[in-house]
Amino acid sequence: MTLSEIKNILDAEVLCGEHLLGRKVKTAFACDLISEMLALANSNTLIITSLVNPHVIHTAEIMDAVGVIFVGGKKLTEDTIKKLDHGNIPVLSTPFVMFNACGMLFSNGIMGCMRGKRFE
Amino acid sequence: MVPNKSQLTLRFKIDEKDFLIAGESASKTKKALQQLGLKQEIVKNIAIIVYEAAMNIVIHATHGEMKIIIVPDQIIVLSEDVGEGIPDIELAMKEGYSTAPHEVREMGFGAGMGLANIKQCSDALEIKSTVGSGTTLKATICLNPIDKKQVETGAMYL
Repeated sequence: MTLSEIKNILDAEVLCGEHLLGRKVKTAFACDLISEMLALANSNTLIITSLVNPHVIHTAEIMDAVGVIFVGGKKLTEDTIKKLDHGNIPVLSTPFVMFNACGMLFSNGIMGCMRGKRFE
Repeated sequence: MVPNKSQLTLRFKIDEKDFLIAGESASKTKKALQQLGLKQEIVKNIAIIVYEAAMNIVIHATHGEMKIIIVPDQIIVLSEDVGEGIPDIELAMKEGYSTAPHEVREMGFGAGMGLANIKQCSDALEIKSTVGSGTTLKATICLNPIDKKQVETGAMYL
């Protein structure tokens, strides 16, 4: 599935990286702790979080995430995002809360992931 | 031009409460290592070590310095700080153990997984700390799979 399809499923707004929405997404990781993202999530994973600060974008960049989705309608400004990652990480915001957003993606075929393991 | 691997050292000064510098240090390290043509997984592991170690300085120390030393077959991440030190290193290594203040946790840090993450991403890890003085952390990542085996079996001293 592409990020563009995920945008439609989650009725999401693109905060940054519109040109990167063709990226393929197979797995996602949802959490609000930076160290947990770094420790457990595989590369090429979509990060779903309600933690909204510049450190999330740094973390996504460091761990080679495919993109970031903020849940509950939370947002960072596009300027903040571009300043941090030079526009290399697509960032979206969905009005759905964490549980619902995860459930919608899971029922559409997106799997959970852990570093070294994949739960299917 | 690709820099000479045997001569490259990256340095970052880290100050207390400067949270953005930790992420920036890791991002810059990642970009520099990518330019050297290292494997994606190795680059990611080193970036994670730098991020976590720099964040430890930001949260727990007064100030410190990170060095990323690139020698032909290894990369060494050296973090030296002046600060409160770690009273019990074994306890600090346990996943979930944290002394980070509430405002740090609100930013998503201080989950007590930093040192455990660093260990997971390293082939060898040494931590020396003096309470009231500071902490030195040395993480070594081998670029050659044969060296990795020697480190794991204790046959190689770094």
